[in-house]
Amino acid sequence: MQALTNKSIAVNRSPMTFWERMYLINIIKGMMITFSHMFKKQPTVRYPEQKREFSPVFRGLHVLNRDEEGRENCTACGLCAVACPAEAITMEAAERLEGEEHLYKEEKYAAKYEINMLRCIFCGLCEEACPKDAIYLSETFAPANYTRKGFIYDKNDLLIPNTLTDANALAKAKGVEA
Amino acid sequence: MTLLAFDWAFIIEKLILIVIIVLTTLLITLYTTFGERKVAAILQDRPGPNRAGPFGLLQPLADGLKLIMKEEIIPDASSRWLFIIGPGLAMTASLMTCAVIPWSTDLHLFGRTIALQVADVNIGILYIFAVVSMGVYGIMIGGWASNNKFSLMSALRAASQAISYEIAMGLALIALLMTTGTLSLKTIVEDQTAGHWWNIVYQPLGFVIFFICAMAECNRTPFDLPEAENELNFGYHQEYSSMKLGFYLFAEYVNMIMSSAIMASMYFGGYDLPFFDESTVAPNIAAMIGLGTLLIKIVLFVFLFMWIRWTIPRFRYDQLMNLGWKKMIPLALFNMLLTGALILSKL
Repeated sequence: MQALTNKSIAVNRSPMTFWERMYLINIIKGMMITFSHMFKKQPTVRYPEQKREFSPVFRGLHVLNRDEEGRENCTACGLCAVACPAEAITMEAAERLEGEEHLYKEEKYAAKYEINMLRCIFCGLCEEACPKDAIYLSETFAPANYTRKGFIYDKNDLLIPNTLTDANALAKAKGVEA
Repeated sequence: MTLLAFDWAFIIEKLILIVIIVLTTLLITLYTTFGERKVAAILQDRPGPNRAGPFGLLQPLADGLKLIMKEEIIPDASSRWLFIIGPGLAMTASLMTCAVIPWSTDLHLFGRTIALQVADVNIGILYIFAVVSMGVYGIMIGGWASNNKFSLMSALRAASQAISYEIAMGLALIALLMTTGTLSLKTIVEDQTAGHWWNIVYQPLGFVIFFICAMAECNRTPFDLPEAENELNFGYHQEYSSMKLGFYLFAEYVNMIMSSAIMASMYFGGYDLPFFDESTVAPNIAAMIGLGTLLIKIVLFVFLFMWIRWTIPRFRYDQLMNLGWKKMIPLALFNMLLTGALILSKL
């Protein structure tokens, strides 16, 4: 059979010589190998202090976006929930009342918007389905939690901080999550 | 200071020495467990424990605290008293070895000459052998008293292994004793210091045999069959918990340190710093230098033990017995004959 790579080595089945049967020399050879590993670079990423960079296409936790005036983009059309293959998204729509124009971009908005992070498979189909640029997948992932309930993220957890009311809000949110 | 025909200062001096040696041994042991984990990690390209304190240096304290806080379980079906005696016996036997190890030259303090050796008995090596054999009882009693098949199997393995390798160890030592002509460890070390070669030069084969047997006696990999997890769950200390388990684990490391100290004393000049004339400095400083030298030698040996452990896989049981009876003992006998012949030809 032709070898696919040049990595394979034929097994030597000839009987062991006297020195090989002594075993000691081979032990010393093996010990040299382990010793050389003392000087190798450790591939370990020391996690809390040191973090690996995500790839540019990484899909992490969702954020609900705002427009340039700080109003919520989401109109609770439900397309993301329909697109979701894991059925992780639920929402309840409500009508925008008089005097709430600075909060919501259009007449209809999501009164309740929940994503179950245990169901979510982070495929990004919600992001693709959204016609209003309201939902995006960010660069962080869901932190550990003690209860299953803790993984159901509601609107407060998902909404992007309003940089118009608090200039440092975004940095703060990143600082907490990062 | 003589009262009732006792030299009380002498007794107090020895008591203090014993306490210091035992406490230091335990402290070093504590850090040997840390060293084991660190060495294992570094040899496997990992960082090892590095969270508790700087460089993870507080890790052994955390481990010890955890062991103490664990629930103490004595199985109903066990032989209660033997179950309790087992770990104590294992620990006592390993600590008793340090009585005859000469740690350094004499100290001169408060107008007294203090020998840094608990007892310079003229049968030091025989004493070590007697105590080391006692260590098997701790394992045997613990394994038997647990009333657990795996523990019993493991204890049987440990006992047969220790007995098998003690023979070759003793034979290797006889060859050494033929060249030194004394059983006192202090004299053996002194013979190696004053401008003479270390015994390793005269007994290279003997040392290799002794080293391999010491590894088998300490139940270290590749001879850790009594603790073969994949065959025996956990070995003879399977039913043990809390500090009783800690004692067994500790005793293993104390054994390792003690056998390192013995090997350093018998084959590598003990507290002798090579190419350095101790008589040029004050005796107390020379004693401290000697102590430091011995400690460094011990650390190197312990590192060697660990290095081997993380390199070589475990022997199979029949391989272990084959090596012990068919290779080690004939080799040790040959070494003995060779030494005898050489000594005779020199006469």
